[in-house]
Amino acid sequence: MRTTLRLTAALLAFAAATASAQTTAVIGATVHTVGPDGTLENATILIIDGRIAAVGTNVQVPAAADVIDASGKIVTPGLFSPMGQLGLSEVGAVAGTNDAVQRGDDFSAGFDVADAYNRRSVIIPISRIEGITRALIAPRAGRPDEEGHSSRVLSGLGSVVQLGDSGDYLTKRGATIVANLGETGSAVAAGSRAAAIQQLRAALADALDYRQNKAAVDRGDWREYSLSRADLEALISVLEGDRSMVFNANRASDIEVVIELAAEFSIAAIIIGGAEAWMLADELAAAKVSVIIDGTANLPGNFDRINARLESGGILAAAGVRVAFGAGAQTHQARNITQSAGNAVANGMDWDDALEAITLAPAQMYGVDSGLGSIEVGKAADLVIWGADPLELTSYPEQVFIQGESISMQSRQTLLRDRYLQTDTDKPPAFRN
Amino acid sequence: MKILRFIVILFSASIVLAACEQGVDGDGPAPYSSRYKALPSEATILKGATVLTGTGERLDNADVVMDGGKIIAVGPGLDAASMTVVDASGMWITPGVIDVHSHLGVYASPRVNAHSDGNEATAPNTAEVWAEHSVWPQDPGFVTALAGGVTSLQILPGSANLFGGRGVTLKNVPGQSVQEMKFPGAPHGLKMACGENPKRVYGNRGTAPSTRMGNVAGYRSAWIAAEDYRDKMAAAKKGQGDAPMRDLQLETLVGVLDGEILVHNHCYRADEMAVMLDIAKEFGYKISAFHHAVEAYKVAEMLRDNDTCAAIWADWYGFKMEAFDGIRENAAILDRAGTCTIMHSDDAIGIQRLNQESAKVIGAAARVGIDIAPERAVRWFTSNAAKALGIADVTGTLEPGKMADVTLWSGNPFSVYTKAERVYIDGALIYDRQNPAVNPVTDFSLGTSALHGGAQ
Repeated sequence: MRTTLRLTAALLAFAAATASAQTTAVIGATVHTVGPDGTLENATILIIDGRIAAVGTNVQVPAAADVIDASGKIVTPGLFSPMGQLGLSEVGAVAGTNDAVQRGDDFSAGFDVADAYNRRSVIIPISRIEGITRALIAPRAGRPDEEGHSSRVLSGLGSVVQLGDSGDYLTKRGATIVANLGETGSAVAAGSRAAAIQQLRAALADALDYRQNKAAVDRGDWREYSLSRADLEALISVLEGDRSMVFNANRASDIEVVIELAAEFSIAAIIIGGAEAWMLADELAAAKVSVIIDGTANLPGNFDRINARLESGGILAAAGVRVAFGAGAQTHQARNITQSAGNAVANGMDWDDALEAITLAPAQMYGVDSGLGSIEVGKAADLVIWGADPLELTSYPEQVFIQGESISMQSRQTLLRDRYLQTDTDKPPAFRN
Repeated sequence: MKILRFIVILFSASIVLAACEQGVDGDGPAPYSSRYKALPSEATILKGATVLTGTGERLDNADVVMDGGKIIAVGPGLDAASMTVVDASGMWITPGVIDVHSHLGVYASPRVNAHSDGNEATAPNTAEVWAEHSVWPQDPGFVTALAGGVTSLQILPGSANLFGGRGVTLKNVPGQSVQEMKFPGAPHGLKMACGENPKRVYGNRGTAPSTRMGNVAGYRSAWIAAEDYRDKMAAAKKGQGDAPMRDLQLETLVGVLDGEILVHNHCYRADEMAVMLDIAKEFGYKISAFHHAVEAYKVAEMLRDNDTCAAIWADWYGFKMEAFDGIRENAAILDRAGTCTIMHSDDAIGIQRLNQESAKVIGAAARVGIDIAPERAVRWFTSNAAKALGIADVTGTLEPGKMADVTLWSGNPFSVYTKAERVYIDGALIYDRQNPAVNPVTDFSLGTSALHGGAQ
């Protein structure tokens, strides 16, 4: 038994080592492309140099290709964690391993956590062997420290990262800016959510003004702004549509404010939390505001979430709102976006919409969907081979590819598992390596 | 038949009455005792389902008969004459879900400071407090848990203290007071906590304990005081000396030494569990369950040999140092060793889907070639949980004579798409997904748009 397992592990390792070969074909699977091709039965995916070169039921496999027989399996795009602190937080309660919260007046919109990203974090293999191939990593608001230094209404820049071993780990630096409304905003502003909204509005107005009067600002011949120039520069690309803005908001009234701000400043707006977003589904769809929700959160954790419900995902998607899951399942539990999506399906969401919500939708939200998020020719070959329905918690990835590379399916947790599964030895655990 | 049923109802009423009178001290029910009364029920047969009995058995195309609040029979082709018949074909039936670790009511939704009633974090030993005196019955989380199939749950104090206080086991029924929810005859629990929490909370204040060794000295000193109190009380009863003044804190600890109160020990690390078992040995008490126990898989045999359960999450890890080694296979390794394995929630969202949490373990185990059948995994949130709470003789399995605490699922409960369709507590239909108009609504939830786990 043990020998067989080891042998399998060795074969997998061999497969991983040779996966840098240029051409790979995954054949025979049911492929959920999450693209225009929909779901294809008994399909072939051809990967050349990390990109999808072909997908379909009538694809010629080159003689030199490494062929992976996925008959009877399911292939989906790699999963995308739409918010969290992967690589920015190793152990939640160990301060030195956390880099996502900054306090004080030095930084705001321009605070860039990408410089702190640790692509060697042990949390990353734990996440990617469950199918997560890309993630948005972002700063977040924290409680005031002992000296009373507070986080800001604008937490700073979030970036898209890929969780593979090679290539540029930063897919898109500064893909978005995180803003805090609602109770979080109230806590970091002056004790009122109105103060948070006014600070945000002032920051956006300042950025607009700064963009139009840079020359005068350079001459020192212009008014003071509420933010530093670095922060204003960061905001300009929001105003110009180059980066989105993620708003922490749950209460319907705060979501209405986001809809207003999005229209007023032409912001590609994303709401995270969105407990009461379903109440404004049509308005959000009309305003093209996306929503990142938690598919299992149905309790009023606070007064912002009095009307939280399990049907949110289905209601929003049916109204035409772009939905992602990841308001609850984040960072260490980024892998549980499948559970969030599965519960949304159990409560009325279309299965294909739910799969899109954990693959393509976040890529669209952060403006990286031209190269990611679905199984389409030209896109990065981020793929997951599943034994069964990916939203079922009893199923699991058999192999994950990131940019065409077959990753090691090992993590710190599988090492612990394998050590303590061993019973055919008298060796103490420390010697079972 | 009608007469027969009348007798059954009378009989069950007398059981409830007897339960109410537990602890009677001459002149009526003891203070704080259960005033739970089963809701009205009718003889019901659930027909043609896949039944997981909680005993490790699976019965296909089987029926479950309930009458007078009890399970009457379980098996194929049972007589349905003069009963309410529920067509359960294609559906699955399990014992009602039991959660051994909940803070519903003591950390109620909304989680405002005014609802923070779970940690009496003012001294490392608060064995004198009782969680039931904090429970707010209007917590909307009770109803959403019901929609997740939960029929019984233990409400525990938090883990700030070495001794957090007494836990209480409830029937998951709406009540105006906690007494109306108390599980008749269930023993109290004593919440103890290892590790980071007590040493952090008190160490930050410059008081003991500030280390793990400080924690252990705190437990042992308290047990020594309890032994002394117990001995003086016993001596006074024999006319040897005066009885000491009644001491609520020591009363709880003596309840543990006497085996009347069950220890529920928050403990993450394997090495700390080993120390806690030695303390239990030193003072002659038993640890009913280690809770959270993210490293239980490292000492599965030790827990089994001490007849101590491990009540765990499926996959929580990494949120603090002592949770760094959590793995999804924890339950699989424990269960394989024959250790009493329990899926617990510690969470108002998680309690709604202990079946899904178990499904994660089934998946993780399958990944390494370990097959865990549904009839085995279901024990993690039914019979094993009942054992740890000391109520296994009356609930936790579908066996004739037990309380008719039953959950009817729309399908295999380990599928993410499956939902609890009907929930029976003592034979009474308390939750019916297809008929939301009859389902309970807490006062707090009135007028909100999203009720009952989304079943509106």
